[in-house]
Amino acid sequence: MRPKVEFLTPELKQRIISEARELICKLGIEIHNDSVISLLSDHGAKVEGQRVYYTDDIIDKSLESTPDSFKLYDSMGKEAVDLSGYKVNYTPGSAAINILDSNTGKSRKPTSADYVRYTQLMTGMRHVASQSTAMVPVDVHERISDSYRLYLSLMFCEKPVVTGTFTIEAFEIMKDLQLAVRGSKEALAAKPLTVFSCCPTSPLKWSDVTSQNVVDCARYSIPVEYISMPLSGFMAPVTLVGSIVQHTAETLSGLAITQLTNPGAPVLWGGSPAIFDLRYETTPMGAIGTMMIDCAYNEIGKHFGIPTQAYIGLSDAKMLDAQAGLETSMGATLAALAGINNISGPGMLDFESCFSLEKLVVDNEICGMTHRLVRGIEPKNDFPSLPHFEELLREGHLLISDHTRKHVRDEIYFPGPTIDRANRSRWEEEGSLTIGERARSEVTRLLTEAEPVRLSNDVKNEMTRLITTEANKLGMDKLPALE
Amino acid sequence: MELLQQISDQLEKGDTVKVAELTSQAIEQKLDTRIILDNGLIAGMAVVGKKFKAHDIFLPDVLLAARAMYAGLDLLKPLMIEEGIPTIGKVVIGTVQGDLHDIGKNLVGIMLKGAGFEVIDLGNDVTPEKFIDTAITEQADVIGLSALLTTTMPTMKKVVELAKERGIHGKTRIIIGGAPLSSEYAGDIGADAYCFDGIKAVECVKGFVGIN
Repeated sequence: MRPKVEFLTPELKQRIISEARELICKLGIEIHNDSVISLLSDHGAKVEGQRVYYTDDIIDKSLESTPDSFKLYDSMGKEAVDLSGYKVNYTPGSAAINILDSNTGKSRKPTSADYVRYTQLMTGMRHVASQSTAMVPVDVHERISDSYRLYLSLMFCEKPVVTGTFTIEAFEIMKDLQLAVRGSKEALAAKPLTVFSCCPTSPLKWSDVTSQNVVDCARYSIPVEYISMPLSGFMAPVTLVGSIVQHTAETLSGLAITQLTNPGAPVLWGGSPAIFDLRYETTPMGAIGTMMIDCAYNEIGKHFGIPTQAYIGLSDAKMLDAQAGLETSMGATLAALAGINNISGPGMLDFESCFSLEKLVVDNEICGMTHRLVRGIEPKNDFPSLPHFEELLREGHLLISDHTRKHVRDEIYFPGPTIDRANRSRWEEEGSLTIGERARSEVTRLLTEAEPVRLSNDVKNEMTRLITTEANKLGMDKLPALE
Repeated sequence: MELLQQISDQLEKGDTVKVAELTSQAIEQKLDTRIILDNGLIAGMAVVGKKFKAHDIFLPDVLLAARAMYAGLDLLKPLMIEEGIPTIGKVVIGTVQGDLHDIGKNLVGIMLKGAGFEVIDLGNDVTPEKFIDTAITEQADVIGLSALLTTTMPTMKKVVELAKERGIHGKTRIIIGGAPLSSEYAGDIGADAYCFDGIKAVECVKGFVGIN
């Protein structure tokens, strides 16, 4: 039995969905993109200025053509992420504007060299299936800070990439980088390499850039995750149910843009909602209410048979402290139990704004533990029990019994050296290290072992040519040094 | 020597049958007994110990390797006796008087055997006299004392004092282990070392008998 957590009754789900449909049909969605408005209008939506009134027909058609699963493949073409059913996959949090400096312990702006260290480290994160464009390097022109991240990710790590663009124009090069890896539009559609995060603006709005991104991704069958961000009590009703209604409405509105552009294009029912902390005027990702909204909207996605995503399993702490651990593990545990298919969180601190390599290493262990958790408790050659106990009494231990040897590694999760399992004396002999110090040496160890990406030189050269051309257009005569 | 390397490799894999076969071949080829022991069996166990310490392999793998080593050692033993080659070391272990907890002590015994030591396990609730008498009779290199209860810790001091009285203190080394103990306590009672786990005990005993 797979352990699960659920928050919504079938009746409540139905009610939330019907309320959300009513919102986008009666109140409409404000869309700041003429071609998207035309697209919806062509399919029967009533339009008043930038307000588009969806129809039940549009919603039903969109739900019908949305695939119930898809997979991501690494840059070498190997399956890496299965987004189906209750399968759980992790990806780091994304687009942090700061990095927690390993040496000073202070938050600062990330450079391209930081980004390369991150993406090389990702190869060694065995419980985090995909990479994300986790930080925004400041040493390139801001107009290519999105595409340049993807370039570095593809150059230094083979895992698929959860990413996104900051402009309409950047989609072109970000698509071309992927075509350079896969060889053709068809090959890319057959084996998706990236997921693009596309965010509606709460409440009930799509900007020119993000709605166009949805359309552009659909044209190339590049998977999209809609990132609706209701803020309970501020830009959304204070109740969790009210926030889920809003999330459902905004996500359905995006789903229609994708499916009307290219029926069958792969998407994730995603989001990054948060409760609003009315004391600090902040949007805590580590709040239990935030996590509950995430798990519940995932149930709505599952109800529709659409794979899901959420920004959960991250922390608002400013450093790798106990708060970072408790919020991350609470979120990751709930997300895994809820069966959220793509869990965006590892490595992230400070309201999704600060990335830490050390935290990524710690979070990788949390992810490993939750992967074990959701495999549940199943008998494995346990019955009849008598022979095992006869052997135990006869031998005095079961350390080398066939049963132990067969099942030890899949039954018991053994974390890496970041998690302290030594007795006190050994821990003291090894330097009385804190979790941060152990994570730091693990970062160093894994970076020493980093190997080059196995893409051909032709592909790498083509990607470098593409990004250099873009950089040149913006007045950069060369790309930043990466060491 | 390719054959010795094979013995070492198969031992690492815990393949008892192959280690026995290859050891027989080495004996038939008239290889030096000491070399078969050191460069085949003990060399293999050293690799296993390193991998265990690095968490590349787990305890079951170490124990299987140890079992394979014994398959080879059994074949070498008659030759070793004939040629007067001593075992690498002899250790008397037990849980001290008043204490019935023996899981940790058993584990240390298994690990020491795995490293090639001869282990005389006196069980639990062992009196100081029994430890010292056995150590003298068996000419043990090391005595290993285990305790889990804080109430039985003082018995360890009695063992050390008796060792002094009987003139073996300093010659026969005394190591202690168990949850309530520490290096500091070992120092206080005059024991030679405190070992916090099985692998540490092996390292310690190896150090005392002069093996790297």
